[in-house]
Amino acid sequence: MIKRIVGFFGDEAHARQRRRLFYVVLVLIVAADFVVHREHAEYLWERLPGWSAVYGFVSCVLLIFVSKFLGHQGGLMRSEDYYD
Amino acid sequence: MIEFVYPALLFILGAVPIPFLQGGIRKAYLLLIPVLALLAVLALQPGSYGAAQFLSQDILIARVDKLSIVFATVFTIMALIGMVYALHLTEAGQHVAAFVYVGSALGVVFAGDYLTLYLFWEGMAFASAYLVFAQGGEKSIRAAFRYLMVHVTGGVVLLGGIVLHALASGSLLFGPIEGNISAGAYLILAGFLLNAAVPPLNAWLTDAYPEATVTGAVFMSAFTTKTAVYVLARAFPGTELLVWLGIAMALYGVVYAVLENDCRRLLAYHIVSQVGYMVAGVGIGTELAVNGATSHAFAHILYKALLFMGAGAVIYVTGRRKLTELGGLYRTMPLTVALYMIGAFAISAFPFFSGFVTKSMVVAAAGEDHRALAMLALTMASSGTFLHTGLKLPYYMFFGTDRGLEAREPPGNMLVAMAMAATLCLAIGIFPGPLYALLPYPVDFEPYTGAHITESLGVLMFTALGFVLFLKALDPENTISIDTDWFYRKGARAFMWFAERPLARYEKAMSDVSETTALPLLHRTARTGLRVDLHGVDAVVNGVAHAILDGGGVLRRLQTGVVTHYALAMIAGVIAVTAVFAVVWQ
Repeated sequence: MIKRIVGFFGDEAHARQRRRLFYVVLVLIVAADFVVHREHAEYLWERLPGWSAVYGFVSCVLLIFVSKFLGHQGGLMRSEDYYD
Repeated sequence: MIEFVYPALLFILGAVPIPFLQGGIRKAYLLLIPVLALLAVLALQPGSYGAAQFLSQDILIARVDKLSIVFATVFTIMALIGMVYALHLTEAGQHVAAFVYVGSALGVVFAGDYLTLYLFWEGMAFASAYLVFAQGGEKSIRAAFRYLMVHVTGGVVLLGGIVLHALASGSLLFGPIEGNISAGAYLILAGFLLNAAVPPLNAWLTDAYPEATVTGAVFMSAFTTKTAVYVLARAFPGTELLVWLGIAMALYGVVYAVLENDCRRLLAYHIVSQVGYMVAGVGIGTELAVNGATSHAFAHILYKALLFMGAGAVIYVTGRRKLTELGGLYRTMPLTVALYMIGAFAISAFPFFSGFVTKSMVVAAAGEDHRALAMLALTMASSGTFLHTGLKLPYYMFFGTDRGLEAREPPGNMLVAMAMAATLCLAIGIFPGPLYALLPYPVDFEPYTGAHITESLGVLMFTALGFVLFLKALDPENTISIDTDWFYRKGARAFMWFAERPLARYEKAMSDVSETTALPLLHRTARTGLRVDLHGVDAVVNGVAHAILDGGGVLRRLQTGVVTHYALAMIAGVIAVTAVFAVVWQ
């Protein structure tokens, strides 16, 4: 069974199904965020439904591009024989 | 009934027979000791054991309280899992080193005074360095020397701090450092921060761990940084500096993980990131925050070991470690993939995995303490955690481009060890109660609220969306990243260059000068000296000698040897003295 589950995420044959499942999950999560009960929301963003989705996406994009910028333009990434 | 079995000693003394045992008996023994230690820890009663005097200072070998019990519990569980993972090794060296390493870590966790702590602290450094040396090859041996030198330096700083602190406070007992932080306390803090891999003192970790043996790295990922979290929680709870260092760490590790191509180095950067949560939790210092830091350390040891075991299995089977050279292994290693992913979901804090019930405690503590910025920064770091350990690493290691590598599942003992860790990752996530009961303070925290679940899933799944959309930008590149080890790696090279070039040249110039100028000058001076000696000094000496000889002749003539002459002289003397006394002093 484990082999089949892992295969579902790897095999090219399931690419369409995978993508569809992924988008359904995304929609469900945002929808659930609108109906969920918030007991105490101390901060402004905690009261905004869908905030976490936006923040997660923005964080991810920021991390990728800021890091790659530091790596390439900031000179953090060097060839493998740099210390040799 | 034995009241107290010291688990540290069980491991350290238990290491002695390992080289003398063979085959199945050795394997059984390697598992027996961690099991006994776990039982000993579970049977521990809070209290103080092994109080003594050393150089008229109070020493406390073992202080048992809730905080030390939590760490000791997870350390012994981890020792058992790590031993199962390393069971196939035939050479005894690594097993001995691992035992001493675990024993020393337990020694630190129970240490009631700074001297005991320092002793085990150094024991950890040397035992763990062996696990890097054991890998062999020039790269690993160089990394091991760097690792050892950094830790020895850190140890000296710690010892300096201990001495200053003991002189100032008059006690060596290890406990919370209160009030203004003195110079000694700052040195102690620096020693602790080095082992916690707080930037800029983090590079030893990401430098050495990926160079260690497959099984050694699993042990290393668990003990050194977490003992540092323990000592910070013991001595410096509520230190504001730690909050900011922790946040910086959490993001620092994530940024470097984007750039990394070596699978275990990427995971090592995530140790830095995850320990950031714990350091921040200790810095916030409220009961919820310290509970969060402690429980996160507990969960972290298990899932991080699981991730290192997964990556180690890939290296063991394929002999490759770079993401640019891996891919397509999911067909041949499905069990490894599934077990690795449990660790990845746990570190990313998916609901029903261990990270969810522990990491959120630290974030909630930041929120409760009105630290909005800390909350947002730590949430951003968890997005990065999933991005790398949950998406990027498995994608390029197990899926992605099929490199046509010949692979198979790793040996059974490795899979069993991974399954043990995976089971605990799930068990803690689904039933957090027993872990919460172990924590140092009473827990009033419910992780499974609707809002918390949707919020976490939102952050995580939309991170996945970002990953899917920008996959190309994340393609691993064949590079290494410059970290703060640059200073001592390039610095050492500059020093060697200085020693070889200017210093050697200066030395040569100096010897040239002495040969061409100074030596002839010295010769001439010596010759002049000889002449002066022969003609001047000798003449004076001879003259004086002659004079003394002549004077002696005169004296000899005065000394007649006749007693009456002497008696007469004495009487004349007495009369003369009396006369002088009578005339002058009257």
